[in-house]
Amino acid sequence: MDTKYTAKDFKSDQYVRWCPGCGDHAVVNTLQKAMAELGKAPHESVVISGIGCSSRLPYYMNTYGFHTIHGRGLAIATGVKTANPELAVWCITGDGDCLAIGGNHFIHAVRRNVNLNILLLNNQIYGLTKGQYSPTSEKGAVTKSSPFGTVEEPFIPAELTMGARGTFFARALDVDLPTSKDMMIAAANFKGAAVVEILQNCVIFNDGIHKWVSDKTFRAEKSIILEHGKPMIFGANKDKGIVLDGFNLKVVKIGENGITEKDLLVHDAKCEDNALHMKLAMMGKDEFPIAFGVIRAYDAPVYDEEVEAQVKDVQAKKKEHTLRDLLLSGETWEVK
Amino acid sequence: MSEKTSIIEKDKVVIRFSGDSGDGMQLVGTIFSNLSAIFGNEISTFPDYPAEIRAPQGTLGGVSGFQVHIGKGIYTPGDTCDVLIAMNPAALKTNAKYCKPGTVIIFDEDSFTQSDLDKADYKTANPFEEIGLTNVQLVGVPVETMVKSSLADMGLDNKSMLRSKNMFALGLVCWLFNRDLEPAIEMLRNKFGKKPSVLEANIKVLTDGYNYGNNIHASVSTYRIESGDAKQKGIYMDVNGNKAVSLGLVAAAEKAGLNLFLGSYPITPATDILHELSKLKALGVKTVQAEDEIAGICTAIGASFAGDLAATSTSGPGLALKSEAIGLAVMAEIPLVIIDVQRGGPSTGLPTKTEQTDLLQALYGRNGESPAVVMSATTPTDCFDMAFMASKIALEHMTPVILLTDAFIGNGSSAWRIPELSEYPEIKVPYVTDDMKEGWKPYKRNMDNMVRYKAIPGMEGFAHRLGGLEKDFDSSAISTHPGNHEKMTDTRQTKIDKIAYQIPLLEVTGSPEAKTLVVGWGGTKGHIYSAVEEVNASGKKVAFAHFNYINPLPLNTEEVLKAYDKVLVCEINNGQLAAYLRGKIPGVNILQFNRMEAQPFRVKDIVEAINKITEE
Repeated sequence: MDTKYTAKDFKSDQYVRWCPGCGDHAVVNTLQKAMAELGKAPHESVVISGIGCSSRLPYYMNTYGFHTIHGRGLAIATGVKTANPELAVWCITGDGDCLAIGGNHFIHAVRRNVNLNILLLNNQIYGLTKGQYSPTSEKGAVTKSSPFGTVEEPFIPAELTMGARGTFFARALDVDLPTSKDMMIAAANFKGAAVVEILQNCVIFNDGIHKWVSDKTFRAEKSIILEHGKPMIFGANKDKGIVLDGFNLKVVKIGENGITEKDLLVHDAKCEDNALHMKLAMMGKDEFPIAFGVIRAYDAPVYDEEVEAQVKDVQAKKKEHTLRDLLLSGETWEVK
Repeated sequence: MSEKTSIIEKDKVVIRFSGDSGDGMQLVGTIFSNLSAIFGNEISTFPDYPAEIRAPQGTLGGVSGFQVHIGKGIYTPGDTCDVLIAMNPAALKTNAKYCKPGTVIIFDEDSFTQSDLDKADYKTANPFEEIGLTNVQLVGVPVETMVKSSLADMGLDNKSMLRSKNMFALGLVCWLFNRDLEPAIEMLRNKFGKKPSVLEANIKVLTDGYNYGNNIHASVSTYRIESGDAKQKGIYMDVNGNKAVSLGLVAAAEKAGLNLFLGSYPITPATDILHELSKLKALGVKTVQAEDEIAGICTAIGASFAGDLAATSTSGPGLALKSEAIGLAVMAEIPLVIIDVQRGGPSTGLPTKTEQTDLLQALYGRNGESPAVVMSATTPTDCFDMAFMASKIALEHMTPVILLTDAFIGNGSSAWRIPELSEYPEIKVPYVTDDMKEGWKPYKRNMDNMVRYKAIPGMEGFAHRLGGLEKDFDSSAISTHPGNHEKMTDTRQTKIDKIAYQIPLLEVTGSPEAKTLVVGWGGTKGHIYSAVEEVNASGKKVAFAHFNYINPLPLNTEEVLKAYDKVLVCEINNGQLAAYLRGKIPGVNILQFNRMEAQPFRVKDIVEAINKITEE
C-alpha cells in the first residue's frame, strides 16, 4: 500500500459547517484516511456533489472539487470521468439528491457503469430543507411534510442499484469507521460505478433512525459483514449463520440441528447473477441481519474506458486526423 | 437534347420537391442541390418536413417538401417556386401556395386516382382548378407506370419498385435543368453501395426518368442556370447549418489544442449535431448521448471542468430544461457552448418548423442575475464561423455562450469553401501559470477583462473547489456577505460586457443616405438583405444592419441605431430583439415587423413592410 499521503493531505482549510454530532463528520474523516491509503494524488482526485447536507463535503477536501446543483452531481461526474478517465472521481450524494431529484442520473450512471466511487449517505430525511421525508423514509414516517405519516413506499438503494444493472454495491454504517473505510477503498479499487450506501445519522431531524442496528449493544446480532469467499457468520458470539433454504435465505445457529460452518453460504460477490446479492441486500427484517460489506462486485466493461477505446480504435483505422483532411476526403468539388 | 424543346437562360430558379414523407423527397432534393453546386451554382435549400415520421400515406399531414434556390446572387431558398414536383394530390394541395403564374408543375398522373383525391380532401374532379392552379404549366407524367416498366426485368416486388419513384422525378428534373447524371450516380453509389440491388434499381430509374424527359418532347422549356462567377477559389462541399456548427466546434477544439466533448439528448431539429459529432471520433471527439437534456449539459459541464472544449446541443424545450445548469456554469465561470437550434414553440410547439422565439429565454431565462454570452448565426455556412467564435469566447472568457441557430438554417444548406484553420484566429485558454501557485484561489481573475484563471484536475498545486454557492471575491470561499454578492454580481456582468471589445462592430449596408434602418438577427439575414436590395433598387433609400452578437451588443450599436429616424426590427417572433434593444438603448424609434407562421420570412412581405413604414 502506498503511504506517501496522510489524511491531512486531503483536508482543506475550510471550517466544517455540519451540525455537531452529524454522521457526515465521520464520513469526511474516513474518506480522507481512505484516500490517503489509496495513494492517488490529491490533484488527480476529484470530489463531486449535488445539493444537500452531505453535498457540502467537497469543500472540506483538498482535492479538485465541484459542488454542483441538486441531483446532477452524477451527470457532471460522468462528464469529468469520460473526458479524463485517469482521474479518480468520487461522488458524494444523499438520499434526496441521489434518489429523488437525481434518480434518473443515478440509474443511468449505474447502468452505463461509469467508473465512479459513489458515496450515498442515507439518513432517510431532508436535512438542509429542515426535515421533510425522503424517498428512503419508511412508509408512515412522520416528518414536517408528512405530519400524519407518509403513504408511500420507500426505495431500497441496493434494490434500485441492482435493478439498474449495477455492478457494485456495498453498505456501511457511519459510526463503523473501519468498515466505512474498507468500503471506500473497495469502491475505489473496483472498476465501474461503485455504490456505497452509508447509513448516516441526522442528529437534528431524524436522530436515531439507524439506532436499531447502530447501537453497539446489539449491532453484532442485527448485522452481518459480508466478505467475498468467506462463510456468512454473524452474532456477538459468531454463532449464527446464513444458509440457503430452497429459493430463500434462512438464519441458522451453528451447533444446533447438526449445522456446522461448512453448511453456511460462502459469499460470492463477484458472480454476474445478482439474484442472491439482491436477497442478501434486502435482509434486515425479523431475524435477518442487515448486510454490510461488499454485497456485489461484478467486473464488467466500464463506460469511460469504452468511450476512450472506441475513439482510439477509430483513430487507428482512419488516416485523417485533422478536420481539413477529413473534409477533403469526403464529397467535394473544386472551384478553380 | 430534344431539338423541339427551347432553352431558357436564367440567373436563378427555385425548385420545390414534394411528396409523401416516405417518398424520399429530401434525398432527391439534396442530390439535386449538390449537383447544382458542383455545376457552379450558388444554392440555398429549405427542407420542410412534417413532425410525423410516417403520417398516413397520401394525406395532407404527411407531405414532405424540399425547396432549393439555385443560380447566382442567392441569399434565400426563395418565396415561390418556378418548378414544383408533386408526387400526389396531397403534395399538390399543400404546396399550391408556393406556386406563381407560370410555375411548371410536374406531377405523377398515376397517383391522381379518385381515392388519392379523396385522401387529400378534394371535393371536385378537377384538383388543379379547385385549388386555384389555373395559370400554371402542367406536366403530367405516369411515374408509377414508368417505374414499373423500367424495373420489370429486375425481379423486384411491387413495393421495392415503387421506392424508386423519387429517382424518376430526379431524372426528369435533371433533364429539365440540363444536369449531367454522372455525379448523381456517383452520389447514389456512395449512399447505396452496400445494397447493390437498390443501387442498380435507382440508377436505372434515374436514367429512364432523364430519358423520358428527353423523349417526350414536353412542351416546356428546359433551363440553363448561370453559375456564380465571383466565387472564391478552393475546395467546396455542401453543408447544412447543423453540420457546419459541428465542424465549427471541431475546428475550435483543434485550434485550441483541446479535445471536443458533446453532451446531448436527441431533440428535433438539433439532433443532427449529435449525429455529426458522433461520426468524428477520428478527430478525438467524445459524445455522450445523455439520459435527458439536463444530463446533456451537465456531462458537458463536467467535461469542461476536466479541461475539454465542451458543448451541448438542443432546441427550445431543451434550453428550458438546461437553464439551471447554465446558471451553474455562469456561477462557476466555466466555459461551455450551448447550441439552440430554435423551433416553433411554446411547449412542444412545431418541432420541425423554424422560429426565433428563444432569444429572451437565452438572454434572461435563468434564476438570479445570470449573464451569459448570446450570439446567433445567419446562414448555414455562418454556423461554422459562429460555432468557432462561440467556442473561442467561451474558452477565453470562462463563460457559457449560447449560440442561437434555427430549423431553417440548421437544415438548410449551401455550398461552403473548406477553410484552412490558419484563416481563423488563435484561441488562448487563460490557464494558470506556475508562478501563480503561491496563494492561488480559483476566483482570482485578470482585472483587465475580469476573467478568472483556469486550472484543471491533474495540475499540481492548483486543487480547488468550485460550486453554485456565491463565493468571496478575494478568498474564493463560500460567502453570503451582502457587499460581496453585489461585487460578484457586478464582476460577472462586467466580464460579459468586456467581451464587446473582442467582437466585430455592427456593419451597415444599403443606402448611405437612408433615414430608415432595417434590422434583423440570426437566420433571417438572407431574406431581409434581399428585401432591402429590392427596396433600394426601386428607388427608395434604406439601410440594413444584422446582429450576430446580441449579448454583449457590438460597441457601436447605439451610435448606429441613433443615426436613423426609424429602425424596423424584423423577427420571426413577437418582437424579442425589439424589446431588448428598447431596454438597452432607449430613445430609438423602434418599429417592428413580425411573423409567427413558423416559416421563414417571405421577401415580398418584408418589402411591403419597409415600403409601408417609409411612406408613413
